[in-house]
Amino acid sequence: MKRFLVVLMIVMTLLSFAAKFKIGVAIPAADHGWTGGMVWWAQYAIKQYQKDPDLEFYLVTAREPSEQIAQVQALLARGINALVINPYESAPLTPICVQAFRQGIFTVIVDRGIVSEEYNVYIAGDNYMYGYLAGKYIAEKLKGKGNVVVIRGIPSTIDDERVKAFKDAIAPYPDIKIIAEQPGYWSREKAFEVMQTLLTKFPQIDAVWTGDDDMLHGVLIALRQAGRDKNIVLVGGACEKNIVKMIMDGHPLIEVNFTYPPNMIATAINLAVMALRGQSLNGFYQKGIPRKIILSTETVTRQNAKDYYFPDSVF
Amino acid sequence: MIVFVLLGLMVFSGIITPAFLKPRNILNIFWQTSYVGIIAIGITFVMIAGGIDLSVGSMLALMGAFAITTSNKLGDNLGSTLVSILLTYGLGALLGLGMGLLTTKGKIPAFITTLGGMAIYRSLVLNFANGGVYMSFSRTFSSFGMKFIAGLPLPMVVFIVYAILAHIVLDRTRFGRYVYAVGANETAAVYSAIKVDLIRTITYVISGVSVVTSAVLLSSMMASVSSSSTGSGFELDAIAAAVIGGTSLSGGKGTIFGTFFGALILGVVNNMLVMLNVAVYLQGMVKGLIIIAAVLLQNIRK
Repeated sequence: MKRFLVVLMIVMTLLSFAAKFKIGVAIPAADHGWTGGMVWWAQYAIKQYQKDPDLEFYLVTAREPSEQIAQVQALLARGINALVINPYESAPLTPICVQAFRQGIFTVIVDRGIVSEEYNVYIAGDNYMYGYLAGKYIAEKLKGKGNVVVIRGIPSTIDDERVKAFKDAIAPYPDIKIIAEQPGYWSREKAFEVMQTLLTKFPQIDAVWTGDDDMLHGVLIALRQAGRDKNIVLVGGACEKNIVKMIMDGHPLIEVNFTYPPNMIATAINLAVMALRGQSLNGFYQKGIPRKIILSTETVTRQNAKDYYFPDSVF
Repeated sequence: MIVFVLLGLMVFSGIITPAFLKPRNILNIFWQTSYVGIIAIGITFVMIAGGIDLSVGSMLALMGAFAITTSNKLGDNLGSTLVSILLTYGLGALLGLGMGLLTTKGKIPAFITTLGGMAIYRSLVLNFANGGVYMSFSRTFSSFGMKFIAGLPLPMVVFIVYAILAHIVLDRTRFGRYVYAVGANETAAVYSAIKVDLIRTITYVISGVSVVTSAVLLSSMMASVSSSSTGSGFELDAIAAAVIGGTSLSGGKGTIFGTFFGALILGVVNNMLVMLNVAVYLQGMVKGLIIIAAVLLQNIRK
């Protein structure tokens, strides 16, 4: 009996030291290519630490806001030390994130923000420059004159901001006209359909901007099928791996892409780990992790495409 | 009546945007409609027999993924492409059979079995691709989806032939009459010595086979299937096409002819929204209004 108690005590102590930090990761489930990429990168980051006995991860994915709230509640009940969350929607997820922060849990908000300042770190992509750089590239490539088609994603605030930036960038060029602006819902099939229709409506289309690369695939198929895959400027975004590969291989129509990396979730997970361990960012004189990080939108061309090509990733 | 609704819509769009009536655009509408249209034909059988099938959208993604994966594995030639398509048909029929048996022998409401199927199929597709995309590496497999036959896109030809075949089965065979009987009055059908469970189960097999037809055409055309977005919302579009075409949600009523034009109306509406450059946020409302108005017009006529 005594021996059993001793063994039990040793096991208990070992268990309590086994995982010093518990980190909960809550993200939306894959509903299009980019979110699929985010799930993949979250798994990738967690795998990096799998041999680390100090860390334990719980990854959950949600199909809608109320499901995500329930998941975060469950994570809080498990006693996590850090929460890394990409809120499904800003407003409904705000109270639970604030609650986590007030409980002293290190809270990292990723990409879609919350309607509160009560968090430890906010890290996101740069939606404005994402649209702006695409617009600027198209305007310069067309030498300030031409008909442009915009195929946007699912109508939402993110999408609005990108489209507004795109329009800002082409505003100085009065001879560049947006002849159609239609949603492609971030889907290949839908973008294919929309492009097929627009090709019959407009005899002259000089450039197409799609809100992301999944839709660019659909547009490419429509162009090829209509025999109009020549003399047209194509720009997508977010660096889907096959599009990056095309740039690398010198595709005649696609020369450029702009980052909006789904791997920001992996960066966010690393930041949470560093914060829990009291580390600071290399080169920063300030201790601790910066509170707001906006990742720059990087321009990918044939010269640097190989640095942005992750063949194993799903996106 | 439904034909007049369709023509009315087309004339209206044609007046506002002349480009709408280009033969090329009409072909495109037919083409784009055929994927949902073929599925809607299968669902019409299920609905007339008094059931419903919510699993078709996710099943489309699963079947497309299966066809792509097997043809990638088997190699890039005609023989193995045919084998992979046949295997997909086998699997689709089997899954349809399963749904049918669960509904009839398992006494589970069709809404629940197929809702379960919808979740299961989508989750399997996502799991095997890890949320990513299935790409076809077989040129043979990805070559026929964009073929033209006598100047008409292949999916459109398949859609029309499929509709004619389905019409003959439903309208001219004993099986077709039984489908109506089972959906109109189950008890009467039982007393008439109709094997109600068998007839219902077969309608789910037909639905499964229709989904495979659409999946093979779509995945060949796109040379890829997105595990997260391909086929999402197809179940509602297919059911809507059948209902616009006069199929009753409570069974016993409906025609293939109606579903065919119902699907085309949906296609025309989708095309109109783009052609007329309808504002992004208002598209849902316009689509909803036209669908409701189309059904209302038909009912008033009756």
